[in-house]
Amino acid sequence: MSISLPPPSLPPEGEHLENAIELKEVEGLSQGQIVFRRFIRHKGAITGSIVLGFVVLVAITSIGWGPIPGWWRWNYTQTATVLNPGGRPTLSLGGANGWHLGDYPFGQDEIGRDMFARTMRGIQQSLTVMVIIGLLSTAIGLTIGAIAGFFRGRIDNLLMRLTDVFIVIPILVTGAVLGKLVGGVGAIALALGLGLLSWTGMARLVRGDFLALREREFVDAARVAGASSARIILKHMVPNAMGVIIVNTTLLMSAAILLETALSYLGFGISPPDISLGNLIEQYQGAFTTRPWLFWWPGMFIVTIALCVNFIGDGLRDAFDPRQRRIPTARALRRTDKAAARMAARAASVGRIEEPGA
Amino acid sequence: MFSFILRRFLSSVAVLLVATFLVYVLVAFAVDPLENLRQSTAPNKEALMEARVEQLQLDVPSPIRYLGWLRGVGGCFVGQCDLGVKWTTNESVIAVLGSSIVITMRLVLLATILAIIFGVAVGIASALRQYSGFDYGITFLSFLLYSLPTFWVAVLLKQWVAIGFNDFLVDPVIAPVVVIATSAVIGIIWAAAIGGDGRRRLAVFAVAGGATLAVLGYISATQWLLNPGLGPVVIGVTGVGLAVVVTLLSAGLRNKRALYSAIATALLGAALWWPLQFLFVEATTPLILGLAVVAVGVGVVIGYIFGGPDPGISARGAAITALLVALLIFVDRMMSAWYAYSNSSVIGGRPIATIGSQTPGLHGNFWVTQLDTFTHLLLPTMALVLISFAGYTRYSRASMLEVLNQDYVRTARAKGLTERTVIMRHAFRNTLIPLATIVPLDIAGVLGGAVITERIFGWPGMGTMFLRGLGANEVEPVMAFVLVVGAVAVLANFVADLVYAALDPRIRVHA
Repeated sequence: MSISLPPPSLPPEGEHLENAIELKEVEGLSQGQIVFRRFIRHKGAITGSIVLGFVVLVAITSIGWGPIPGWWRWNYTQTATVLNPGGRPTLSLGGANGWHLGDYPFGQDEIGRDMFARTMRGIQQSLTVMVIIGLLSTAIGLTIGAIAGFFRGRIDNLLMRLTDVFIVIPILVTGAVLGKLVGGVGAIALALGLGLLSWTGMARLVRGDFLALREREFVDAARVAGASSARIILKHMVPNAMGVIIVNTTLLMSAAILLETALSYLGFGISPPDISLGNLIEQYQGAFTTRPWLFWWPGMFIVTIALCVNFIGDGLRDAFDPRQRRIPTARALRRTDKAAARMAARAASVGRIEEPGA
Repeated sequence: MFSFILRRFLSSVAVLLVATFLVYVLVAFAVDPLENLRQSTAPNKEALMEARVEQLQLDVPSPIRYLGWLRGVGGCFVGQCDLGVKWTTNESVIAVLGSSIVITMRLVLLATILAIIFGVAVGIASALRQYSGFDYGITFLSFLLYSLPTFWVAVLLKQWVAIGFNDFLVDPVIAPVVVIATSAVIGIIWAAAIGGDGRRRLAVFAVAGGATLAVLGYISATQWLLNPGLGPVVIGVTGVGLAVVVTLLSAGLRNKRALYSAIATALLGAALWWPLQFLFVEATTPLILGLAVVAVGVGVVIGYIFGGPDPGISARGAAITALLVALLIFVDRMMSAWYAYSNSSVIGGRPIATIGSQTPGLHGNFWVTQLDTFTHLLLPTMALVLISFAGYTRYSRASMLEVLNQDYVRTARAKGLTERTVIMRHAFRNTLIPLATIVPLDIAGVLGGAVITERIFGWPGMGTMFLRGLGANEVEPVMAFVLVVGAVAVLANFVADLVYAALDPRIRVHA
């Protein structure tokens, strides 16, 4: 969606004054800078970014990524003697023992594997799936939506019916059947498969946006200047639709992490010995009463990651939305009124003192 | 218009055909009906395998087998459905589908209706208090619920709601600290939702918190939960309260005729409590539904009796009140079956079920079996509602904010209409337009997602049929699930388009 700002000249008075102040605020800034400014004012999105960044950093550095070694003392497959009774977590956040991590801060499972390392591995896998699904389905959805919306007519009809076919089949069904077909799969294969299925929403959105964009003057201008269709789509229309695309990608990612956990839960996703957050919960749901920590940690991280991504998406939506205005709250208005009254009173009193001298 | 509908219908059928074809071929490729024979050590292994290949036509390529399946489906249009046979048990798929579809629909529809009612109400309240503490709280809550995996919530619900409540029923005394804390929290939520200046907030907090305190204290002191019931007095008082709220929202309290007709309906309902108990002895589902219709009719009649310049408004408010009071009477009757239900030998004092859709071997009258259905519905419905609720809150909040910024709302305010009229008549109705198009799609989505809910709670619904079929290498039950869900999805898309065109006069259907 493009941001169409009113002409920069300041309107004289009245209702546009508010708008003028806003314009003053963004004067001389590029589109990207405006969006960035709006984004960092969104507290939820910033908190979400920081927390997500921290989770990603810890998950990757602690147990290492691929050949890169990590700083954590255990890995997610190695078994050890069970330290506390039942493998209770050694993490303590105060109380008699004070604050300390201990050897197994998240506890151990029934055969002594370290739950922290396992959870971190689960996060890595779930995040990998999330990112791949997000990027792949964005790429496919963008291509299909752009072609359908730009060329319209028969191609549009055909592509949209194709989209309908994919919408009609529930993604869990296809995922389950594919899972049955190939047996246990790795994270990357699973993500590629799901990415090939979950682009439908994006395609519809982009198509709708393109149908509106192609009627705009700048597209005509580009065509008159002799630009090819590919150039118009890539250079003129895609950047204008970027807001919708980015926002939808984040929402897709938060849905993707839940989809992956759901499939793993049904036993059609990532399967043991490899781990994802979903199959950790699936493995340990029966242990809820005896070893609750095995169940809590993966679940908390699923919720945390999905929540952060949702907040980031919300912040991006607000940042890209041209109609987004910061409406002052009633409390803020009262505060300004009071401040204004105080200023007026002070001015009046100052005036009275000054008057005799003048 | 007609040609638009026809074209949409044809393209929907085409989409469904392609989708089922793709899934059929994929499933036929994925399953291996010979799996158990391959590892078999039987001496006549080869013959068995040949027999099964013969039985299931495995030597025929799957696209051709699809045509055979499609012929059976086509029979549905002439009244002879044939969705094939589950070859492991020789059951007809249509019979399995018939029972499982009812179970799934009961779950999905109830959850969707509840989620819509709560979600829309909370979303609109949140939009009306934009950027308040309540709004931020609801936004955070809906994001949180949106981020919860169903099965994770389900395990927590089983542990805390079902097992926790059943344990609690052994000695149903609520600790005073819990009573006070709950009352305070509920008071704060209501104060934040209703808003206003400091004094009003304090008053709302006191009333809501005090009421909760009294109710919880009463429940705890009399061990009400062991043998619950409402009785005509509570029904009457609650009914009058509901009448006032309904009138406040639908007609405004200044419309005295509407208010009095609603209150009269509520009082009449409470008065009818006693004679209805005799009617309830031999209750059946048609009787209950018939009584609900009668209740609505009585409400309409009362509204027209009060008359006035605009009897329709009074009739509407009275009808809604009548339905709510009828619901109260129904709940009351069900509660009186609680003791018998909870202490029956198969329940054994642990009424909230964690698994299954009904208690096997339970004998009882209509009320006991209804109660059994509801205790089984409770957990899965909660799980589904918690998650759908978030979506509806977000949609209705965004939609309401959009509408509130429209010129016609400003016009309505400028011509001096009351805030109630502006919100309920001008804004609320327009808020529902985009929602009406989301609901069918959401039902289709929840139906597809029911696989997970059913598996966690062990419901023998369509999702379970699908998973079992896939596990047992049977194509037919899998296809039956895909067919039903796909047909619902196609239909939902179609309905969404039509609803949108019907509700929004700006949308023109170009045939």
